[in-house]
Amino acid sequence: MIELVDVTKTYGTETTIGPVTTQIPAGGITALIGPNGAGKSTVLTMIGRLLRPDQGSITVGGHDVSATPSLTIATILSILRQENHFITRLTVRQLVGFGRFPHSRGRLTPECERHISEAIDFLDLTALEHRYLDELSGGQRQRAYVAMVLAQDTDYVLLDEPLNNLDMQHSVQMMRQLRRAADELGRTIVIVLHDINFAARYADLIIAMNEGRITEMGPPAQILTEDILSRVFHTPVRVIEGPDGPLAVYY
Amino acid sequence: MAETRTAAPGLSTTTRPPTPGDAPRRTGPFVRGRDRVRYAVVMVLLTVLAVGFTAGILAYDNPMPVGSDGFWRIAELRATSVAVILVVAFCHAFATVSFQTATSNRIITPSIMGFEALYVVVQTGAVFVFGASGVAMVTGTTQFLLQAALMVVVATMLYGWLLSGRFGNIHVMLLVGVILGGGLGSLSTFMQRLLTPSEFDILTARLFGNIGNADAAYLPYAVPIALLAGGALWWRARRLDVLALGRDAATNLGLHHQREVIVVLVLVSVLMAMTTSLVGPMTFLGFLVAMLAYQLADTYDHRLLLPMAFLLGYVVLSGAYFVLRHVFYAQGLVTVIIELVGGLTFLVVILRKGRL
Ligand SMILES: Nc1ncnc2c1ncn2[C@@H]1O[C@H](COP(=O)(O)OP(=O)(O)O)[C@@H](O)[C@H]1O
Ligand SMILES: [Mg+2]
Repeated sequence: MIELVDVTKTYGTETTIGPVTTQIPAGGITALIGPNGAGKSTVLTMIGRLLRPDQGSITVGGHDVSATPSLTIATILSILRQENHFITRLTVRQLVGFGRFPHSRGRLTPECERHISEAIDFLDLTALEHRYLDELSGGQRQRAYVAMVLAQDTDYVLLDEPLNNLDMQHSVQMMRQLRRAADELGRTIVIVLHDINFAARYADLIIAMNEGRITEMGPPAQILTEDILSRVFHTPVRVIEGPDGPLAVYY
Repeated sequence: MAETRTAAPGLSTTTRPPTPGDAPRRTGPFVRGRDRVRYAVVMVLLTVLAVGFTAGILAYDNPMPVGSDGFWRIAELRATSVAVILVVAFCHAFATVSFQTATSNRIITPSIMGFEALYVVVQTGAVFVFGASGVAMVTGTTQFLLQAALMVVVATMLYGWLLSGRFGNIHVMLLVGVILGGGLGSLSTFMQRLLTPSEFDILTARLFGNIGNADAAYLPYAVPIALLAGGALWWRARRLDVLALGRDAATNLGLHHQREVIVVLVLVSVLMAMTTSLVGPMTFLGFLVAMLAYQLADTYDHRLLLPMAFLLGYVVLSGAYFVLRHVFYAQGLVTVIIELVGGLTFLVVILRKGRL
C-alpha cells in the first residue's frame, strides 16, 4: 500500500500542490488523471522520492520513502519520469540492464540476464535490443524506458505518462502488458494517463487531481460520469455506453 | 479479464523460442565484437605511442654515449618530466571524466568551472593575507598538504552548492563557472600586484610551473595522493556508470545522488589540486582527452573510459612535450599548443552540437 499523509509541495510563491492525503491499495493499476498542471507528476515524483515534499509523509509498502536508504527503496519501487535524457550512448539492452543495478550493483548475474531478456521481450523490443536509443523512434524509446523499470523487478511501479509517443497498437499493448504485470505478477502500478478512456478500460482505481488536490477517487464506473469528468477536465464531456463499458467523448 | 493466463508467471509475451544456433543473450559494455576489437586496438596503439614518446623524452638528443654514466644521469633528470606528465595526465583525465559524469554534462569540466583558478586564489590569498609568514605557508610540504585540503573543502562547498540544482539550468551554471574562473584569476592577479617582490618570487615559483621545471619536491606527495583519489574513483566506477544517467534515473536505481556527487567532487578537487600544484592551470586538456575517450571507446563503462582517457592524456602531453622540446626547442609552447587544440575542439563541439 502507498500512503500519503498531508503531503505538500510549494513551487515559488503561488503554486502549491497538496495537501494530499490518500491511500493507494497494493495490487492492481491506479490511474492518476487530471488537466495539465494539476500536480500529477509532482505527486508521483514525491512518491518515488525524486522530489522531497515540503511537508507530510509518504510510505510505500510500510517504508517511509524519505527515511529508508535509497537502495532499499529501489528494490521495492521503481519510477519512470515523463522526460528522460541520457548523456551516455546506450543500447536498449544496456539501458534495460541498468534496471538490475539495485540487485546486482552492476555485476550482472545469469538471473539478471534472464530478467533483462524478459523485460525486453515483454515490451516487444527483442529485435531492437542491440540498437542504440538515438536510433529509435520516440515510441520505441519510451518502451525501452518502461522495460528498464520492469527489469528492476519491484513490487511498486510508478509511470508518468508512459503512453506518450506511442501509437494506437503500442498504447493498447503496453496497457495490456501492464495489466498482466498487475494480475499475474501482483505488481502495484500507479500510472499517470492522459486518455481517460485508457484509464477507464485498464485501471482498477482512478484518482482525479485538480489544482494540486485530489478531487475524486474511485473505481472507473464511479468516475466515468459526465458530471465528474466535465468538472475534472474543465470541458464538456459526454459519456456513452461502449462495447467494453462507458466511454468518454469530448472531441 | 479477457486475456488468457499463461501457466508460467514470467513476464514474457512474445518470446521467440530460442533457436539452438542463437548465442546466449548477454549485456555488456560493447554491442558488437568489432567494438571490443577496436577498443583493444586503440589501447595498444596508444600504449605504443606512449612508450615511444617516453623513450624519446628520455633518450633523444642525449649528448652522452648510450649506456654511459652521464647518459643515465641525464635520462634520470628527464625522468622527472615523465613523472610530472604522468601525474598531470592522470589527474586531468580522471577528474574530467568523473566530473562530467557527476554533472551529467559533457561540456563543462573542472578546469572550465574554475577549480584551478580557485587553487591559485587560495595560494595567493595565503601570501597576501599573512605576508612574509604566508610565504612560509606556501612553501613547505605540510603547508602544501594543508592548502590542498583547504582547496578541497572550498571547492566541494562552492561547487556542491553550484551543482545542487539550484541553478538547474546548464547555461547559467556554465556562465557562473566561467565568470568564477575568470574572476578568481583576476583576484589572484590583483593580490599578486600588491605583494613584495620577494613574496611574489616565491609564489610564482610555486604557482606557474610548467612541465620542464615543475617542483619535483612535491612529486613524492602528489603521486600517492593522486593515486589514492584516482583509485577511489576507479573503485566507484560502476556507480559512476549509473550516475551518468542523471539525478532521477540514478536515484531510481538506488544511489543517494547528492552524496555520490559530493564524494566525486571531493575526489575531483583533490586531483585538480595535485596537478595545479605541479604545472599550474591547463584549461582544455581535460576536455580534449575526455571527449576523445568518449568517441574512441564508445561505451558507458567507466572501467574502460577512465584508462583510455588517461592514456590519451599521456600521449597528447608527452607527444607535445617531446616534439616541442626536443625537436623544435620550444618547450614553453607545450601548454599553449595543447590549450589551442583543446580550446578549438571545445568550440567545434559546441558549434556542432548547437547547444550546451
Ligand atoms: N520545477 C518546478 N518549478 C516551478 N513550478 C513547477 C515545477 N514543476 C511543476 N511546477 C508547477 O506545478 C504545477 C503542477 O505541475 P505537474 O505536477 O507537472 O502537473 P501535471 O503533471 O499534472 O501536468 C504546475 O502548475 C507547474 O507549473
Ligand atoms: Mg506531468
